[in-house]
Amino acid sequence: MSDQVKTNNNLKPVDADQGNLDMHDAPNVMNPEHVAHHIVSPTVYLMIFGVLMVGTALTAGMAYVPLGAFNAPVAIAIACTKAVFVVLFFMHVKYSSKLVKLTVSAGFFTFLVLCMMSLLDYVSRAWGRW
Amino acid sequence: MSLASTITHPPEPEIHASHDVHEHPFYQKHHFETAEQQREAASFGMWLFLLTEIMFFGGLFFAYLLYRNWYYDAFVSASNSINMVMGLVNTIVLIGSSFTMAMAVWSAEVRNKKLLQIFLLATVVLGFAFLGIKSGEYYDKFAEHHVPGASFDIHDFVHPQPGTDEKALSVDMANKTQIFFSLYFAMTGVHALHMIIGIAILIGLLWYSRSGIYTEGYVQPIENFGLYWHFVDIVWIFLFPLLYLINRH
Repeated sequence: MSDQVKTNNNLKPVDADQGNLDMHDAPNVMNPEHVAHHIVSPTVYLMIFGVLMVGTALTAGMAYVPLGAFNAPVAIAIACTKAVFVVLFFMHVKYSSKLVKLTVSAGFFTFLVLCMMSLLDYVSRAWGRW
Repeated sequence: MSLASTITHPPEPEIHASHDVHEHPFYQKHHFETAEQQREAASFGMWLFLLTEIMFFGGLFFAYLLYRNWYYDAFVSASNSINMVMGLVNTIVLIGSSFTMAMAVWSAEVRNKKLLQIFLLATVVLGFAFLGIKSGEYYDKFAEHHVPGASFDIHDFVHPQPGTDEKALSVDMANKTQIFFSLYFAMTGVHALHMIIGIAILIGLLWYSRSGIYTEGYVQPIENFGLYWHFVDIVWIFLFPLLYLINRH
């Protein structure tokens, strides 16, 4: 750690992955949980905001297009895409350590498993009498 | 040294230099070896909390999935009775607040106190805007007697307004719209509760940001709150199409 005062002007040194070197702890770089700290730029945030706005317009628009049984899957697909953008960029998961990535995916996966198991129960109770 | 001999002959305790000598950032707690480890632990912990939130909202989403399949016609009519434009505007407001929150995290990272405060304040304002629009929606539902319970009135669903192509429901099916509205109030209500808690925390962060601690390297509180706020945004991203847009055409 240097005594130099850190301002937004001297936060510049970055490594190959655009990780900020001022944020590195030198003793920790070899640590398996080490991950270069990445400052996501406002440009990226603005782009993601744009993507989310387009997604919102698309969801609202597609709801008025008669697609029969496909309206629901289309709406869910758009919502999932938007959620993935939020998780990856706004929530920095794309730039996080493997531990965080694994935690996030395990959480969503477990939720899906629980849904599947509960659905199996409901679907099979009145088997053939739908 | 083998494990057994470590137990019988424990090594001499290391004498650490005092913390006045050992350099570390002011926000690093003593039980962490490095600031980076502390940051990683905090993110991990926050994500574990968010996983419990996924399960919490997940139960409601699953109930929605089942009842929507069982009482589809009731869900369609009830969904069409809520104000889609208000929902759309609220979606834009909430995604906007997520953007300002992301920018607040960025401001803390580049150590700009003024910008941090501006973006935190913008997030508070947008949060209140969302809750305001939401109250308007709730008001309409109360005025129309669409709130499940003793004063619930199935009239609008059994005798839809002439001129609209709304399907008239049987009395039995029309009563099932109460299930939709129960889920609507439970899901949007719990979501709004998360926002109220979020706004309270935001005001706290805004207050403490005056001292400058968040803009001198201690980004973690801002970043973790950002995770929470974005999670609440994700819940809404799913609620909007599921509650407002079941069958609009």
